[in-house]
Parts: sequence; C-alpha cells; structure tokens
Amino acid sequence: MGSNKSTLQHIPNAEELMEETGFSAAHIQRLYDRFQLLDRDQMGGLRNEDFEAIPELVTNPIKDRIIGAFLSPGKDMVDFPSFVRVLAHFQPTNSKRSKTSSQEQYNSPTRKLQFVFQLYDQDRDGKISKTEMLQVLQEMLRMEETDEQLQSVMEKAFQEADLDQDDAISFDEFKKSLEKLDISEKMSIGFLC
Amino acid sequence: MGRLCILGVRGRTAWCTLLLLLCCSGGDCESETRTPGPTDIQGVKPFHNEPQPQPFPEEEKANMPVFTMDYSRIQVPFEFTLWVLLASFAKIGFHIYHKITIWIPESCLLICIGLIVGGIMHSVKEKPPAVLSSDVFFLYMLPPIVLDSGYFMPTRPFFENVGTVLWYAVVGSLWNSVGIGMSLFAICQIEAFGVQDINLQENLLFASIISAVDPVAALCVFEDISVNEQIYIVIFGEGLFNDAVTVVLYNMFSYVADIPAVESVDVFLGVARFCVVSLGGLLFGVLFGIVAAFTTRFTHNSRQIEPLFVFMYSYLAYLVAELFAISSVLSIITCAITMKYYVEENVSQRSCTTIRHVVKVLASISETLIFFFLGVVTITTEHEWNWAYILFTLLFAFIWRGLGILVLTQIINPFRTIPFSFKDQFGLAYSGLRGAVCFALVFTLPDTINRRKLFVTASIAIIFFTVFIQGISIRPIVEYMNIRRSNNEKYNINMEIHSRTMEHIVSGIEDLCGQWSHYYWKDKFKKFNDRILRRILLRDSRAESSIVSLYKKLELQSAIEMLDTPMGDLSAAPSVVSLHDEMKEASRPKKKFPTADVRNMHNILAKNMYKIRQKTLAYTNKYKLPDESRTREILIRRHSSIRRSLRASSFRDPLSENIPKSQRYYSLQPGSDLESAFALRRRSHGRSLMKVEFLKQDIVMFSYIMGVFCPGAGGSSTRSAIPLSPIKERSPGPAPHRTPTVQQSEDEEGAMPHGWQPEDPQGNTVSRNPLLR
Repeated sequence: MGSNKSTLQHIPNAEELMEETGFSAAHIQRLYDRFQLLDRDQMGGLRNEDFEAIPELVTNPIKDRIIGAFLSPGKDMVDFPSFVRVLAHFQPTNSKRSKTSSQEQYNSPTRKLQFVFQLYDQDRDGKISKTEMLQVLQEMLRMEETDEQLQSVMEKAFQEADLDQDDAISFDEFKKSLEKLDISEKMSIGFLC
Repeated sequence: MGRLCILGVRGRTAWCTLLLLLCCSGGDCESETRTPGPTDIQGVKPFHNEPQPQPFPEEEKANMPVFTMDYSRIQVPFEFTLWVLLASFAKIGFHIYHKITIWIPESCLLICIGLIVGGIMHSVKEKPPAVLSSDVFFLYMLPPIVLDSGYFMPTRPFFENVGTVLWYAVVGSLWNSVGIGMSLFAICQIEAFGVQDINLQENLLFASIISAVDPVAALCVFEDISVNEQIYIVIFGEGLFNDAVTVVLYNMFSYVADIPAVESVDVFLGVARFCVVSLGGLLFGVLFGIVAAFTTRFTHNSRQIEPLFVFMYSYLAYLVAELFAISSVLSIITCAITMKYYVEENVSQRSCTTIRHVVKVLASISETLIFFFLGVVTITTEHEWNWAYILFTLLFAFIWRGLGILVLTQIINPFRTIPFSFKDQFGLAYSGLRGAVCFALVFTLPDTINRRKLFVTASIAIIFFTVFIQGISIRPIVEYMNIRRSNNEKYNINMEIHSRTMEHIVSGIEDLCGQWSHYYWKDKFKKFNDRILRRILLRDSRAESSIVSLYKKLELQSAIEMLDTPMGDLSAAPSVVSLHDEMKEASRPKKKFPTADVRNMHNILAKNMYKIRQKTLAYTNKYKLPDESRTREILIRRHSSIRRSLRASSFRDPLSENIPKSQRYYSLQPGSDLESAFALRRRSHGRSLMKVEFLKQDIVMFSYIMGVFCPGAGGSSTRSAIPLSPIKERSPGPAPHRTPTVQQSEDEEGAMPHGWQPEDPQGNTVSRNPLLR
C-alpha cells in the first residue's frame, strides 16, 4: 500500500496517530481496515461482542484481560485511536524513531512491561496482589494443574519477586524480577502491511 | 603450577610413547607373525646350513611356547584404540593449559597435532589408516555427531526460527555454489593460470562441495563466545540442513559432469530430486522417531536396554536414508528431535542420563578423530598446488558468503520479528566455517575428473583457512563488535510465569489483528500432541505444565540447599566452610561416598526426581550436558559434610544464632511461622543419638521432598514445615527402600498421608508415615 496521505483522510486523526505511535501510513491503513471488519455493527467502536466474535481469540485463556486492556475504565467501546495505541505497544523496539524520548514511546520495554503489569493488576491499584496472580495462574493453567499446585507456585513467585515483603508486587519489583528476560523479543509482533 | 608441569610432563611422555607405538604399528606396516616353535627357543639361524647332516639328528622337541605374539589378529581394533587414545590425550593436554583453548579453538589444536603425527608418519613412510575414506566417514564417523546435534538441539528457538534457518540453508547454499562455481569458471578462462581444462560442470561440482557450512567446526568456535540465540540457531540449523542441498547439488553436478551438455530437463529433475531428498529425509526421520517412541512405551520392565533403542533407531534412520540416497543427515536429525520428547518421558531417569552421556561421548570421539585425521591426511596425500586457483577459491568463498548473507537477510528481515542487524549479519557471514564434511566429500570425487588432486588441495586449503584464521579471529572480533550475547541465566519462576502470560498476550493480539502467527501452529500442534500423540506414545500421558515442573525442580534444589546451610543441629562452622569450599570446587569431579545409606537415599531421590523433566535450556553448551548434576552434587556434598562433622565432634550446642534470616521455607503456609518450626527442631535435637540424628536429617529431607511432590494428598490444610518426631525407637539402618514408580506414587498419594506430620504434645507422630515404618 502506498503511503499516500490522501488515502488516510477518511481516518480521523491519522497523522497524529502516526506521530504518536510510530506506525507507518500503510500500517494505519491496514489496522483501520481490520478495525472496520471487526466492528460489525459499524458503530465506530468495538465492544465486547465484537471481540468475542473472533474465533481464535475465544480460545485464549486470558482473553478477558486482553479485551479489558483495550477498554479504558468507564467506557465500554474501543474507538480506533485507542485500538491503535494499544497495538503500538507491540511494535518491535528497534524502531528508528528517536524524536521523543524512549520512555514515552509505546514500544519501549518499560511500556510493554506496563502493559503486562496492567493485565495482572485488574483493580488498578498499582500492585499485584496474591489473589490477582493466583487468578491469572488459574486462568492459564486450570486444565492442567490442581489449585494447590498453583497456590504453591504463586507463593514461590511471590517469595522471589516481593522484595519488600508487603505481600504485593509493585511495578518496580515486577520489572526487577524480569530484568533478565528479553521483553522486546517476547512482546513484539511483526506487523504486516 | 608445579603440579601442572608434572602433569604436562607425564602427558608428554605418554604422547611420545603412544606416538612411537603408533609409528611402529600404524598403517600398512608388515605384521610379523611368529609361530611358536623350536626355532624360538633354540634360535637357529636359517642361513646357516649344516655342512654335514648329523648322524643322529636330535628330534625336534615341540616345547610349549612360553611367550608368543600374534599381532595381525588384533591389528585393526588395536590400532583404532590407539588412535582414539592419542587423539583423546591431545584433547586432555589442551585443557591442562587452560589459556590456549580460550584463544584457539580445539579443532585447530587437534588439526595441528594431526599434522605433527602425519609428518612423523610420512617421514617413516607409513600410510595412515584409511579412516577418511568416504564410506568410513559417512557411515561411522558422521552419524554420532549429527545425532548429538539433533538430540541436543534447542527446539523452541529452532521452531521459532525455522523459516529463517531453512531460507539460509537452502537458498544460501544454492547461491554460494552457483556463485563460486561461476566465478571460478570465469577465472579458469584466463590462460595464465593454467587451469583451462576445468569445465563449468566440474567447477560447479567443486563449488557445491566447498560452499557447505560445517556445523561441527562453527559450533566448536562458538562455545566460549555464547553469541545470542538467534545467530546460534541460524548457524546451527544452516550447517545441519544444508546437507540436503549439498547432496542434491553434488549428485546433480557429478552426474552432469559426465554429460557434455546440460538440458533444462535436468534442472527440473534437479529440483524434483531436491524435494524428494529433503522431504524424504524428514519423513523417514519422523517415522523412525515415532516408532522409537512407541517402543519405549513398553520398556519399563527392561530398563537396561532402553538406551539401546535410541541409538539403534536413529542409526537405522540414517542408514535407510543412505540406502535411498536421500538426505541422511536430515533423517537422523528429525528422528532425534521427534524421539527425544517422548522417549525422555518414557524411560527411567538413569536411562535418560545414560543416553545423554553416550550421545555426547560418541560425538566427542568422532569429532576428535575427524579433526585429527584431517591433519594426518593432509600430509600424506598427494597434492597439486595451483596458486591462482586456490587463492581465488578462498577469495570467492569469502565474497560470495558475505554477499549471500547480505542479500538474503535483506529479503527475509521484514518477515522476522527481530531483524538481523548488520553486526549480526557480519557474525553470520564470518562464522561460515568449512569442515570435515567438505573434505570427505571431495575424496569421493570420481577419478574421471582429471584435476581431482587440485580440488583436494583446494578444499584442504579452504578448510584450514576457515578453521584457523576465522576460527581464531572470530572471538576477538565478536567481542570487539559487541555482538549481542546471550544471557543464559537461571530461569526463575517469575520469568516462567510471565513468559507464559506474554505468549498468551501476543497470541491474542495477533489473532486480533488477524495475522497468521507461529503461535497458531504451536497451539495446533500442542492440541494434536496432547490429544493423540501423547496417548499413543507415552506410557503415562498426564501432562505437566512447564511452570509446575520448574517449580518442583526449584523446590527440590532449595530443599537441599536448606539443609546445606547451618541450622544449628549439626556442626555449623565446618559446614559453612566446607560448603563454600565445595561451591568453589564445583567444576572438579565429585567424590563418591559409597555407603548403603547414601546409595539408598540416592535411589529414592532419583526415583522421585523422575517426575521432573529438566526443561531443556534454550542454549546448550556443546561439550557439557544440561546441568542436572547440581542437585545431586549438593546432595552428596551435604552427606560429605555430615560425615565429616559426625567424625569430628559429635555433640555441639545448638548454635541457634546461626540460623540465617534469609532462610525461607517455601512450603510454610501462612499461619505457621518460622520460629515455631525452628523451636521444634531445636528441642528435638538433644534427645537424639548420633546416628539417628544423621538418619533423621535425611528423613526430614525426604519428607520435605515427598511433601513437595505429593501436595494435596489427603487434603490437609495444616501443612507446615514441622519436623518429624525423633525416631529413637527405630533401629539405625538404611531408610526403608521405597520404590515408587510413577503409577505407584500416584496411587499412593490418595492412600498415604503426606510427609509432614503435625506433632501432638506427647511427641508422637499422629499419623503413620510409610517412611517411618
């Protein structure tokens, strides 16, 4: 697809989105097409039913959390800019843009980690509590393991990560426990044009 | 340092003796059979004729020979053993002086030693054993190496990068062969170089031989460098999978070399042949792998022969592929990959270890011998040296590889999640070493090619150049260019959990974007695997998620570590010191403590450790096995420290202040606290006998571990780290020898209350524990 700016005029705020997220025009166009496809009743936003209609997503154990990550608190519809902003987290980190400082870019490792953190932290209090982690483990592994096993696993994870012993993992502790993992490698998607 | 010198001297004298022996016995030397007979004893010289016959000739007595020698009978195995020994001594010798191996890869050193030995043999006019004849090489020496590569291949990164790997292997080899062949042909046209009689087909044939990157040589070099996973897996995979291409190209060009003209039909047939070769190899491999996995399902009653199946089936895969002239390397690799996953779950822990060790040993021997003989044969073959041709070969090999990597990477980078940077590309290009496969192939060139000797010399030159120059220089270059290195740190539970979460997230997002993702195939395969394959091929097909396996393994380690640190019962000070010393000595081989106690406990623990399958580290060191030995080492070290302390002084005051604050009881449920656990332990100390104390410690450890492994049994919620009551009443003896197989332990889970029992005030255990019976 060409990077013709004129083709993007029907997409509202296309240029700001491109600046903000680092997607190219072709990417934005493709994402917009996908957005239109998913938005079955053409209301200009995606709702839960639209997400549930994706067959592969339904089988994902943590689909509710992923869907929840798109929805800003208080709203029940995902508009296109929010859609693109969330997806921007998954760009590979070695992008050439360096206009803004790397902390603000959506695809910096810290932002990616924040995304994952928010997935765990459903009540948005800035900390992962034991119940929250146990819930995630149960969602992912319910079929395979017993609850007691998962309890033990969760306890051990907390022992490892919870450095100040307050029974909750803050974002910094979370970040520290994953410092040896190559986040950008794991949390990146090659976006097709 | 003095000790090192002595060892070096002893090593050297051993070498010299061996060398002399070899020279005397190696090759085609005349073997003198000396028949036992009276001539030995009486020493009659045949040249002295008796001038007159004696009137009464003495009857020749046939005395029984006291000492005879019959060399020809044992010649072949004897020489083989000596060669292997010599090469292995060389290998030991290098590691005595550690600094050498940092800068010079082992392959270089082995070739050098081979050169020396070859020089000696040449000067004594001996011929080397015909080891690098193509049959011996391809049928006996190559399979173990390839099996090793396939068995220890890191599957996860491989399958994530399979497209890239195949792209480089197939297209890269083609590119290189054609490019080098064409350029050499162009060079041949120049009269001044005197190689005009080599036609295009022969050039292409030669090019196809030398364009293949050899995995053995390249990975030898990568060992200490630990480049990042992506480069590693691409080089690794490329080296292995370009075999299919090499085979096809070689056959095609050698067939074509006899025909004066090439038709388009031949090209088409070549492509078809490539498909047959590669897909056939994969198919055979998978077939044999599945049959092997199925066989091991039934071997639980004959554990000793379990390792045999792995080797026999993979070798069969190799041979059958050779039979049909399809890619045997692909066949054996696929067989190993398929087989490993299922076999390792079916066989016992011991067999698993045996298999891994034997694979490594065979591969090590093969590789050592190959490089060694490369050196030897270099000296002893006839060479034809042509400066122009050889130099241009080197040049073109280098140029075309670099160009190839550049162009191919540009094409494939958009499809990769993590594109290769220029530094990565340089690393890839520079690590294209050629090795013994190339050498063996060139020996199989038919004699109809009139410039065969030139080709042999040229390929030897290339191998030497790449192995020595590139091999030695790659390490400083990698460090200088700061190519991304891997960080194979220990995985902890958090990383495992969050990795899994991230995989789900990414998979979900990809579904959202409507993109085909490789997680899609991974998921599909996992479902197929769980539903069908595991049921058929595994004896015990319950799945255990990797998170929980890792958790169990870490718990086991921390359980053992917990007992290692001073706890106030047994002597604190020597334990601490000895523990630190032992940790420093981690690389030295461990001593054995063969008492019945230790062995029994070892058995029990090993059988319990059966349930944990070491998650294969994504990046396995070539010369070492995946490190499961740490837990066992800690166990044995613990016993050694116990024994030492018991001998030294039996009764000490409990040094309660030595209990470290950071001690964590992972199974300590909320509600119980650390202090009560320690209080109970301290209280029980004074009443114990010495030997019983020793047993108690280990029973404590057992029970803890049993508690780890059988959680939820009995559904007790009062599970806490309370020690057992002292077992004064028990007669000292080895711990009862439970032999839990997998099924048994599962069955007993429901029946048996788990390891930790709460103590009631009388100090008697409330419920019965089978360990105490």
